[in-house]
Amino acid sequence: MTTFADTMEQLDLAEVDARIAAATEQDVARALARERRTIEDLAALLSPAAAPHLEQMARRAAALTEQRFGRVIQLYAPLYLSNECVNKCTYCGFSHELPITRRTLSVDEVLRDARILHDEGFRHLLLVSGEDRRHVGMAYLIDVVRALGTLFESIAIEIQPLREEEYRRLVEAGVDGIALYQELYDAERYNLYHVAGPKRHYRNRLLAIEAAARAGMRSLGIGTLLGLGHWRREAWCLGLHARHLMRHFWQSRLAVSFPRIRACAGDYTPDLPVTDPEFVQMLCAMRLFLPDAELVLSTREPAHLRDGLLGIGVTRMSAGSRTDPGGYTAADHAGEQFEIEDGRSPAEIARLIEARGFEPVWKDFDRAFVAPGPP
Amino acid sequence: MSGKPLEKLVIAGVELHSRLFVGTGKFASPQAMAQAVEASGTELVTVALRRVDVRDPHDRTLAALDLTKYRLLPNTSGARNADEAVRLARLARAATGTAWLKLEVTPDPNYLLPDPIETLRAAETLVAEGFVVLPYINADPVLAKRLEDVGCATVMPLGSPIGSNRGLRTADQLRIIIEQARVPVVVDAGIGMPSHAAEAIEMGADAVLVNTALAVASDPVAMARAFRLAVQAAELARQAGPGPVSDRASASSPLTGFLHESKGASA
Repeated sequence: MTTFADTMEQLDLAEVDARIAAATEQDVARALARERRTIEDLAALLSPAAAPHLEQMARRAAALTEQRFGRVIQLYAPLYLSNECVNKCTYCGFSHELPITRRTLSVDEVLRDARILHDEGFRHLLLVSGEDRRHVGMAYLIDVVRALGTLFESIAIEIQPLREEEYRRLVEAGVDGIALYQELYDAERYNLYHVAGPKRHYRNRLLAIEAAARAGMRSLGIGTLLGLGHWRREAWCLGLHARHLMRHFWQSRLAVSFPRIRACAGDYTPDLPVTDPEFVQMLCAMRLFLPDAELVLSTREPAHLRDGLLGIGVTRMSAGSRTDPGGYTAADHAGEQFEIEDGRSPAEIARLIEARGFEPVWKDFDRAFVAPGPP
Repeated sequence: MSGKPLEKLVIAGVELHSRLFVGTGKFASPQAMAQAVEASGTELVTVALRRVDVRDPHDRTLAALDLTKYRLLPNTSGARNADEAVRLARLARAATGTAWLKLEVTPDPNYLLPDPIETLRAAETLVAEGFVVLPYINADPVLAKRLEDVGCATVMPLGSPIGSNRGLRTADQLRIIIEQARVPVVVDAGIGMPSHAAEAIEMGADAVLVNTALAVASDPVAMARAFRLAVQAAELARQAGPGPVSDRASASSPLTGFLHESKGASA
């Protein structure tokens, strides 16, 4: 099987840029009119030529999302296990060299945060950590997942890349989803930001999500961190990656994310910022290209934008998130990964979703799918 | 009412007076869903076990439905294989007390097309355990017979993929399934407009199941009423005994008229 890492190695990004730049208004019109869109159509929809058609794109995206997903928004919460990290990444608040308070939650502390999230209504949990196997290793992860028991219907992970057999052990323990963002598909720029540590290995990171899929992860989350790369190019590669995974792992559901970089302890400001209209164009283009993918929006985005994007294509949102380990309970906060823009509580977000004519969905999975039930 | 009354719709010994079944997903709120269900006149409501917590008496979806009026039909949507579907079914029966189950095994999360092999496997197990199994299937006549043979209470072939609103794209296969069936045939999935529902009933289906068409309508209650009327209209049309379909106008002077004419007059 050709891996997506192989595909990326053969891809000429300059040629991708040229294709996007060359798209005409007719290409955009053709892309909009089609029922199923090709990767060429995606290039047109991401191009400057599509910018004047943003409203039309948004209408199509909204209609497609409604038909496929209905009038619902799924809610999830991240739970940060640890901010220990062996990587040096210039944009991240957990970067190894930063003088932040480092902390890894004990299993009991995880449960404390988890109960708060459960009480708030969450049934989909995302376990997040920096990348340090000495603190967040297999034994620890399995202990955490076992301890969480049936508190949550769905448990996903966003941690360092693992090997296929390790993913398999987590699936057996009850993990059903993974988020592993490549951050940057442009390998040259990738090296500028990932200065030291295992994350520097672009190819290893790109291969890991396929190992997770082979191991049986039902939800695969991929993403690019906007602000580091040329967004049109990055979005096009993200679309190509999504399609690759859908073809090869037809039983897994795809979730696509494109967080914009935020301030953190590293005082990083994005080199290639993405404006709000560009962000919306990208989101619409992704929906039009991937009618079936979950599109995820985190609390990194400001409230007004999150509200506006509710009806356009987003299907999954976090709410009331803390990005420091123990953040939901601890009095003294450890270093956080990034600053939250949308600080509204889960209940407030749920009310807002309802006010916009959508149902907030807290449960869209059942533990019985993955864990043996009564005989 | 004139003509021959339709055979009653009976599933596992239970007579259902409405031939419209309704799904509960994708609505803007549990209240919007409950109002649409009410307006549809349905007696059978399917609920995704994935979406509700059957152990929670305050579950918003279940609490919104008046379960004294409707029979609950839990479904296993999201199950990727027989084992998962069976596990979910057992939990649902333990929590709700109903043995009725809409069996959905949909390993492909995009088009949500049913897996025939796993569906048959799960049906065998569940029927043996006493479930009333209503399997969601592709419009495959042989599979429909196989499921009937293992003891399923109905078959539920699709008109087109779930949520697509594309109507009865599988019409030719549906006709064969209906012709051969000993159990009720419920056309499920892809029914986007009342005319599609009417078409299915006119074709001879025993019932239809509708969800997305109601949930994403601007006015789900009005759309539910429209479906109710369409299904009733089609029932009435079947009772009325429609004339045969022809692709040309029928000659008003019969071609064989000469047989009845007297010989003398024709010379």
